[in-house]
Amino acid sequence: MRMPDLTALLTATAVFTSALAFAAKADEVHVLNWKGYGADEPWAVEAFEKATGNKVVNDFFNSEQEMLTKIRTNPGLYDVVMINAAFNDQAMDGKLIQPIDVSKLPNYADISKDKAGSPMLVHDGKVYGVPWVWGLTALAINDKSFDKPPTSIAEMWDAAHKGRVVIRDDAVEAVQFGAIATGQNINDIKDMDAVKAKLTSLMPQIKTFWSSENDWNQMVASNQIDIGTYWSGSADRAKTHFKLPVSLVVPQEGAVAWLDAFSIPVGAKNVAGAEAFINYMIDPKFYVEWVTKVGAPVSANTKAVEALPEDAFNRKVMGDPEVAKRIQFQAPITDAQREAYLALWQQLKVDVK
Amino acid sequence: MAAATASRNGLRSALPLLAPAYLWLTVAIFLPLSAMVFFSFMTELPLSGKPWAFTLGNYAAFFSQSLYLTLLLASLRLGLEVTLWCVVIGYPAAYVLAKVLKGRSREAIFLLVILPFWSNGLVRIFSWAMVLREGGILDTALNAMLPFKINIDLMYSYPAVIIGLVHSYVPYMVLTCYLTLQAIDDSLIEAGRSLGASRLQVLKRVIIPLSMPGLVAGAALIFVPVVGSFMEPRILGGRTGTFYGTVIEDQFVAVFNWPLGAALSFILLAVVLVILAIASPVLRRAA
Repeated sequence: MRMPDLTALLTATAVFTSALAFAAKADEVHVLNWKGYGADEPWAVEAFEKATGNKVVNDFFNSEQEMLTKIRTNPGLYDVVMINAAFNDQAMDGKLIQPIDVSKLPNYADISKDKAGSPMLVHDGKVYGVPWVWGLTALAINDKSFDKPPTSIAEMWDAAHKGRVVIRDDAVEAVQFGAIATGQNINDIKDMDAVKAKLTSLMPQIKTFWSSENDWNQMVASNQIDIGTYWSGSADRAKTHFKLPVSLVVPQEGAVAWLDAFSIPVGAKNVAGAEAFINYMIDPKFYVEWVTKVGAPVSANTKAVEALPEDAFNRKVMGDPEVAKRIQFQAPITDAQREAYLALWQQLKVDVK
Repeated sequence: MAAATASRNGLRSALPLLAPAYLWLTVAIFLPLSAMVFFSFMTELPLSGKPWAFTLGNYAAFFSQSLYLTLLLASLRLGLEVTLWCVVIGYPAAYVLAKVLKGRSREAIFLLVILPFWSNGLVRIFSWAMVLREGGILDTALNAMLPFKINIDLMYSYPAVIIGLVHSYVPYMVLTCYLTLQAIDDSLIEAGRSLGASRLQVLKRVIIPLSMPGLVAGAALIFVPVVGSFMEPRILGGRTGTFYGTVIEDQFVAVFNWPLGAALSFILLAVVLVILAIASPVLRRAA
């Protein structure tokens, strides 16, 4: 009988490989993050491994929901997880992450007070997330299309740019962008009809919906677009790293700001290694190298930002107190809101077909 | 009675030969698909750790919002148009391959037809992006040749989606039609001609009816995946690139709502099966 043998063999292989996968060794640090987002830079991993003797094992997610599911379904596998501050509540409520002993992180003292004390990350005096970097979803322009940079978000609606405007294919980002364009608080949108009307009038202007940094940069490189929503770190990367004619504009109406933080999942096997890794991630030395070699968002560590050259984009533009006044940080969003935003966004996309 | 016994014996001896294929189908297709059917009736994904229950809500969502129906119709139209273009381009090519070319030249052309299969689909789509955009290869080449200035920017439009999909799927039509056209005995065509039929009449009365099975098989092979396609519309379609397939992809990738994504997929499957069932008697008669 061949078949039972085969089945036994397959089962044995499956058991064996899963045992291997879950046998996280004590000196390994399992990190869950977006791909290509700092923590998996080969030079950084190498420097950290050399300094601490811990081995870094990277795993990635494609959406916040996937990230939450991965921690839920693999308890004890991950030691460090990168969570957008707006999702920290949800992870804590689900008992997925544990309080962090920040006295073990020497660099924590240098994190700016407003970020470290953010009510999204600190619950009952306990720290559930260590602020890492923050950035903006603002506008970016193709320098070739403008004599001088625009100052208002209304530029996106200017008929002169018809068919040369882009916006990211993301419901939450689109709705919050509409809120800013209609002068509303992104975390407390009172007049949804105004947002819908505003976005509806934007749709005929749109060339395409971008989904990755590469999309955006390609379209600028081939001079197909004038203006669009973009992330501050990506605009910086496009300019310094890829030498593209891209400039970030933080419009007078404001911009959406987000904060990314590191947390330690409940049941992490290597908490000491996780603390060392988080401390390394907020270290000025790592940050300066990340900005210079790759381009990055703004560090939450004030010392790290000060270590950048005077005229660095992340210091000069993003550190400008005038910019700080205009931006609105994303707060947590309920599942019901998220679904409502998606329904609105899909309807807009269908109506413009 | 004797025949039945014989066929049962035949089945028994064929079993060891069939078993690996059926085992593979069970493991690789049937099990994941039934898991998806199961998910489509749930309120939450069991993996998400939240309490879940059975519901018909995911299927009801399709009917409660007009946008899904609008998109489904748009996708079906896309499927029909792409299939039609594949017939228009693929059938003559298959005829030339089967009946006109011989030997080396046939092999060379055949290779050109199959070549797209050997490159990655995403690479093909991105190379179309370079060709179709304003200032791209097509635009530059035409402006270099023509005395007057024209502006070709097909990128991020409905025609771009059609071009990309037709390019991806036309080999299926060529291959299936080639097989049936090649099987047509040349003497039938000669007989038709010698009985006084014009070339057009021979084509209409002899060649097309005899090659109908290939046409039908090719059309089904193209229509079904095109209706659910999401990659080509998303990359090439721009603002007009929202289709039923891209909405399903959003549910799986962007908002992680697998139950709704699964339900939308099965509605698509049902609609496609109904269309094929309605079309099959007509097509069988034609074939």
